[in-house]
Amino acid sequence: MKGYLRADGRKGIRNIILVTYLVECAHHVARVIVNQSNNENVQLIGFPGCYPNEYSLKIMEGLCTHPNVAGVLIVSLGCESFNREQLADTVKASGRNVETLVIQQAGGTKKTISAGVEHVSQLLKGAKNFELVPMDIGELTVGTICGGSDGTSGIGANPAVGHCFDQLIEKKATCIFEETGELIGCEQIMADRAITPELGVEIMKSVEKAEQYYTVMGYGSFAPGNAEGGLTTQEEKSMGAYAKSGSSKIHGLIKPGDIPKQGGLYLMDVVPDGDPLYGFPNIADSAEIVEMIASGSHLILFTTGRGSVVGSAISPVIKICANPDTYRNLSEDMDINAGKVINGEASVQEVGDEIYQLVQKVAQGQQSKSEELGHQEFVLTYKKFEAIGPSCLPSTR
Amino acid sequence: MTDKRFVLLNMEDNIFVCCERVLAGVELLLEDKLVRVNTNIDIGHKIARKILSPGEKIIKYGAAIGSATDVIGVGEHVHMHNVKSDYIPSHTRQNKIEDK
Repeated sequence: MKGYLRADGRKGIRNIILVTYLVECAHHVARVIVNQSNNENVQLIGFPGCYPNEYSLKIMEGLCTHPNVAGVLIVSLGCESFNREQLADTVKASGRNVETLVIQQAGGTKKTISAGVEHVSQLLKGAKNFELVPMDIGELTVGTICGGSDGTSGIGANPAVGHCFDQLIEKKATCIFEETGELIGCEQIMADRAITPELGVEIMKSVEKAEQYYTVMGYGSFAPGNAEGGLTTQEEKSMGAYAKSGSSKIHGLIKPGDIPKQGGLYLMDVVPDGDPLYGFPNIADSAEIVEMIASGSHLILFTTGRGSVVGSAISPVIKICANPDTYRNLSEDMDINAGKVINGEASVQEVGDEIYQLVQKVAQGQQSKSEELGHQEFVLTYKKFEAIGPSCLPSTR
Repeated sequence: MTDKRFVLLNMEDNIFVCCERVLAGVELLLEDKLVRVNTNIDIGHKIARKILSPGEKIIKYGAAIGSATDVIGVGEHVHMHNVKSDYIPSHTRQNKIEDK
């Protein structure tokens, strides 16, 4: 297996040029630059808001210096609050090429687009300078999420991902699972798996925070489709979702954008700190995918029962379908048929092994279904976090 | 013997999970007992393994996933009409319509 070597020593499995807009007002210009560049390695991300926000800057910095990224074009309107200088400095300091276009200074839409297309073409040339070097599977960071869960998710797809995670962690890879709000009811079992009792306490606290936050919001992380698919309560959904984490010890509790320094299993706390301020913790699955990528995920294992079709910018998304009926209906969108488990045609271990094999192939450049279909969903919104405490990453103390 | 369209995930569980759709009126073998299901049961949905009383915990994967709000007979659909969360209420498209 090979990866693109970056200055910080991390290696990428893709070599992508990002075009990022810093306010909705610059979105159209950035999108046209991407469309006119007409290259699947040129991808669009951005932040819609005009108000400053530390979280969105941190996430944007994590994304623009992600190992799968080779260069960045920043598109600013000019009067928004986003700290474009800091973002550009961070990208530059990471050894990547970066260009900034400010629409108000560049002479408007047309001039910015034509300058942007030229910049992207130079950035693509620069991307070729990153050396492809041998990469070990243990250097991978893999995130997992479930979306459109139903009563089959917890039986086939989620435990199969757990089995794959166990194998990856054995090879010293970094694995991230998340959504503390979707783990309500599992807090004690998770705390028991923490590598230190202090970390266990932090995990308990993070789930309590999620429960309080979602109670204020008036909804759990439970969509109508979950109920139609046979899930009855938040904690039932949680028990199924929890199976994605496998059976390894939990090495740390991170927040979005925190990058684990060594391999192991990490829980990501995605629920904001303090009083609820900006609304739902994550407005859709894509917001969670973006956070796991900002924490370094090279690829994402996405389990679904009802049938999600999303992919992502920056990192490939592998779709694992738990429900055999959904698989028949949406097979063109699904990479793995975990419905074989519920049909009695394969064991959880066999499907887990199949996922593990596919992770290696996709890491070596094979396109996942969502990549092939051009899915590059991206969502980033306002949030507020406090830094994690020292008990959250015991292995680095 | 239990009908192969239903799976028991953990010996502690008091529900079975449906692996293949079963229509109302069908007779099923659940642990050697013949039981008639009175509603359609879809894949991923649950039916009771034993008689459940109001307040009794529903056990799936060997863990509590909520409490019964009514008496639930063996083979009866176990879902939002007769179970509540012990944490946070669930919502559906239908109960949003009923709220209005």
